[in-house]
Amino acid sequence: MLLEDISQAVGNTPLVGLPRLSPPGYRIYLKLEGHNPTGSVKDRVAKYLIEQAEVHGLLRPGQRVLEPTSGNTGIGLAAICRVKGHPLTCVLPENTSEERRQLLELFGVELVLSPASEGSNGSVRVARELAAADPELYMPFQYGNPANALAHYETTAPEIIADLPDVAAFVAGLGTGGSVTGVGKRLKRWNPQVKIFAAEPEYGDLVYGLRNLDEGYVPEVLDLSVLDSRIKVNSLRALEWTRRLAEEEGIFAGVSTGASLAVAVRVCDRLPTGSRIVAMSPDGGWKYLSTGAYEPGDVSQIAERISGVLWA
Amino acid sequence: MPVVRIPTVLRKHTDGAAKIEVSGSDVGEVLRGLVAAHPGLSEQLFDGEKVRGFINVYVDDEDIRYLDGLASPVGADAEIALMPAVAGGAG
Repeated sequence: MLLEDISQAVGNTPLVGLPRLSPPGYRIYLKLEGHNPTGSVKDRVAKYLIEQAEVHGLLRPGQRVLEPTSGNTGIGLAAICRVKGHPLTCVLPENTSEERRQLLELFGVELVLSPASEGSNGSVRVARELAAADPELYMPFQYGNPANALAHYETTAPEIIADLPDVAAFVAGLGTGGSVTGVGKRLKRWNPQVKIFAAEPEYGDLVYGLRNLDEGYVPEVLDLSVLDSRIKVNSLRALEWTRRLAEEEGIFAGVSTGASLAVAVRVCDRLPTGSRIVAMSPDGGWKYLSTGAYEPGDVSQIAERISGVLWA
Repeated sequence: MPVVRIPTVLRKHTDGAAKIEVSGSDVGEVLRGLVAAHPGLSEQLFDGEKVRGFINVYVDDEDIRYLDGLASPVGADAEIALMPAVAGGAG
């Protein structure tokens, strides 16, 4: 596979079966987005955010880009902005893992930290304030930019259809809502019988913190009508499935993958026997090693200890 | 009896309680019972007859929007979780 620069290496990720963890009579496949150039599904989003903005004249050559991101989107944007000649500022919660900060700084990104107690909502707030104060900044804003879901509609979903034309269901975690919305709409256009399930991460109390409910936030990118069900997954269950994935299937994934997998296993009995289910694996586990998620020991104690930083 | 889990931000209306037992056979009945016992929750949870948009209500981990809403049945050992909507994940 010969490519002219890193932006062309986004997508075309492997779809890998889980023969040992799938319930009898069903087969779950993981879309391994950790195989993207900077190691996450957000490379697809970053590429679309920048290219769509350039195409539509919203982003001039050399103009600075600003984005609130807890890490993966920032890292993806950092690589894309590098090769396309845009300086980048990322706003991220101060409890974001050290690996992610170092990666961003390596790519020359300017970092602005927001309070851990406000989670991603705090990053959104700070980024909006910065963008409002400086018209020279371009903020793609993945939470509200249709290019986010479009990346999945035009790339992720067609790859799934090509590899697994009889896919019966798709499961992905809810962050911005881009993947469930984009993949979901395309799969349902392909086959209206396909079911779409969202795995909602149940954050630790630290993340919900002392925030006022009026600050609650539903991303505009998320189209709730495409979902057939939304199921919450706590840190312990997500961590258990993530660790089983390594132990039994030889796949080292981030904790969001465990959440998707937990939901995929749960919904199998709502589907016809023989169904094939695709679950999203947004990234590998590398960027979470410092959280302690993969340490030996009692899983429930580990989950308890790290529930505040696990999803950050 | 069903148990309702209260998020941190709402515990000031429940004297700090994180879990509260409330009887009822569907979600609406349980939440009305909860609000009757802790009136400070009323405005936080409801916009008229409907649950506010920024609150997600789960019965045994399933979002009630995709069940039967407030008419979703609740078993004797059910856990009803109230959760604020939060942006994030692998974003």
